[in-house]
Amino acid sequence: MNITEIYDFKSTYREDMRIKGYVFGSGEKSACIVGPTRGNEYQQLYICSQLVKKLAELEELGAIVNDKQIMVIPTANFYAFNLSKDFFGVKNIDINRCFPGNDYGEPVSRIAGGLFEHIKDYAYTIQFTSFFERASCVPHVRMMENGNENVSLANLFGLPYVVVRRPLPIDTTTMNYNLQTETSSAFSIFTNDKNSVNDREAKQAISAVLRFLTRMGIIHYECHSGYISHILYEDDLKDVLSGRAGIFKSLVECGEDVKYGTKMAEILDPFDGSLREEIVASTDGIVLFAHNTPLINQYETAFRMIHRLHE
Amino acid sequence: MELPVGETYKIFRNRLEPTAQINSPGRISIVSGTHGDELEGQYICYEIARRIKEAPDCLMGIVDIYPVLNPFGIDMASKNNPLFNSDMNRIFPGTPGGNFVGRLSSTVIESITGSDLCLDIHASDIFVREIPQVRLSEEFAENLLPFAKLTNADMIWMNATATVHESTLAHSLNVLGVPTMVIEMGQGHQINKPYGDQIVDGIFNILCELGMWTGIRPRTQLPAISSDGSVEFIRSANAGIFMPTTEHNHFVKSGDTIGVVLDPYSGEILQKIVTEHSGLLFTQRIYPVVSEGDLLARILTGAF
Repeated sequence: MNITEIYDFKSTYREDMRIKGYVFGSGEKSACIVGPTRGNEYQQLYICSQLVKKLAELEELGAIVNDKQIMVIPTANFYAFNLSKDFFGVKNIDINRCFPGNDYGEPVSRIAGGLFEHIKDYAYTIQFTSFFERASCVPHVRMMENGNENVSLANLFGLPYVVVRRPLPIDTTTMNYNLQTETSSAFSIFTNDKNSVNDREAKQAISAVLRFLTRMGIIHYECHSGYISHILYEDDLKDVLSGRAGIFKSLVECGEDVKYGTKMAEILDPFDGSLREEIVASTDGIVLFAHNTPLINQYETAFRMIHRLHE
Repeated sequence: MELPVGETYKIFRNRLEPTAQINSPGRISIVSGTHGDELEGQYICYEIARRIKEAPDCLMGIVDIYPVLNPFGIDMASKNNPLFNSDMNRIFPGTPGGNFVGRLSSTVIESITGSDLCLDIHASDIFVREIPQVRLSEEFAENLLPFAKLTNADMIWMNATATVHESTLAHSLNVLGVPTMVIEMGQGHQINKPYGDQIVDGIFNILCELGMWTGIRPRTQLPAISSDGSVEFIRSANAGIFMPTTEHNHFVKSGDTIGVVLDPYSGEILQKIVTEHSGLLFTQRIYPVVSEGDLLARILTGAF
């Protein structure tokens, strides 16, 4: 394992933020795994750190295929982690909204640009990221539908679902969108949660990456075949919105198969405890995404369901 | 929209209408407070309403004033909307019947649609100070330039990319056929009254031009017009403390030193900030702590 410096951000009052890449094997730039760009993606940081540990073990065993190189960047924003902030710096900017970046603009654009330059030549890039919303989800691979997406490759991670998203203007500055537009086959992996460390979910995510690397001929590794992923288009998912705001009590979990009419959540008055709304499933299907904080606004996405799919 | 604990999210519109019966009156919308740290628009909204209320019979059209789209941001002095920690000027046009954010933005769009003109008033952030300026996308410049020249701003900047981005309010409204200009001035967390009065004069100038105001037409100036090619960006090459040595909104000559970046630990000057071109120093760094890449100044060249 070699450690390489991806970008050195200098600060007057803090130690430099030296973004590091952990490199395994040598030769062709085969796969790059990028960890959190936001300081609240704790689970994603944990997964990447464990992936570094696992790849170091595999390299010791000679399991990296000759002339193949893998790089893991555990995080591109440890300044934010140390302050429990979501975004970067005093301007509070989301690095994952600044790609492809450049080497002449604002500090955060330079960080994004520095990262992008190091990543873009890899054949496959895998980013561990999370939703903006306060929500959990079933682990899945996500790609942008921009004409360059290769859904069959995404299937090789062996996660239960591959979700294809039609990009909105706001998506055009994400790492995934720009990598997929430029050169790489780019995948984002969404795990169950971001705010806590969950070993079982982390192991599933690490296995998915190792499975993909094995199937692409980058490492030698024996692992379970995983799922034959179900391909979903985000536009086909069914959003279940909260009709009222209040205390949110979910009655179903991510991955649960619910029937039409199933009571999914209660929204309670925060002052007198009375029931403001019962959220009821408007279709049969599997819960892919679920709001996971105690309070909810009116018209928030309480659940996102895979319409008429069953376990 | 309802919030969980005893509050609702409301965006207020102050509609000022003619006292006389007018067939098909014109309509102009003034929007502000999309970013919660930008307060310059608050005075402008007040002053427009005050002047109209002082002479209500002079109003011959509808003036819709939206002082704040992001009330929680202003309350918390936060640029982003604290409810979803995102830049509200990156969520348009939204989706009617969609989720909270989608409805919020689509409701704003729906409310403004039908206006003959919309002015989206911004301030700078807390880091740099700006002269009053209109920012236009080249895509819509042909329609907007005649209005922009009436604003009494100091300059018109064509194709300033960030503020005319696709998911902004201005871009979305322009696409929907509502001519919309972004006006920017001053600095975050502050109100510069002379700048505010200058732009309010420009807005009444526009009202006169549209036949919506019969009161005295303010005397206004013609703004300098520039494109991205005629703006020199000066950025810090070091992390340190920026100390300006030139006043904001002054002309500088090529080779002038306009400031220094210094190191408070060593007592050394890390960088002398020297201009390449002559022109108007229209953007100046106010917040002293800088990192590599931070904007220190912008100079309008070639338009004079």
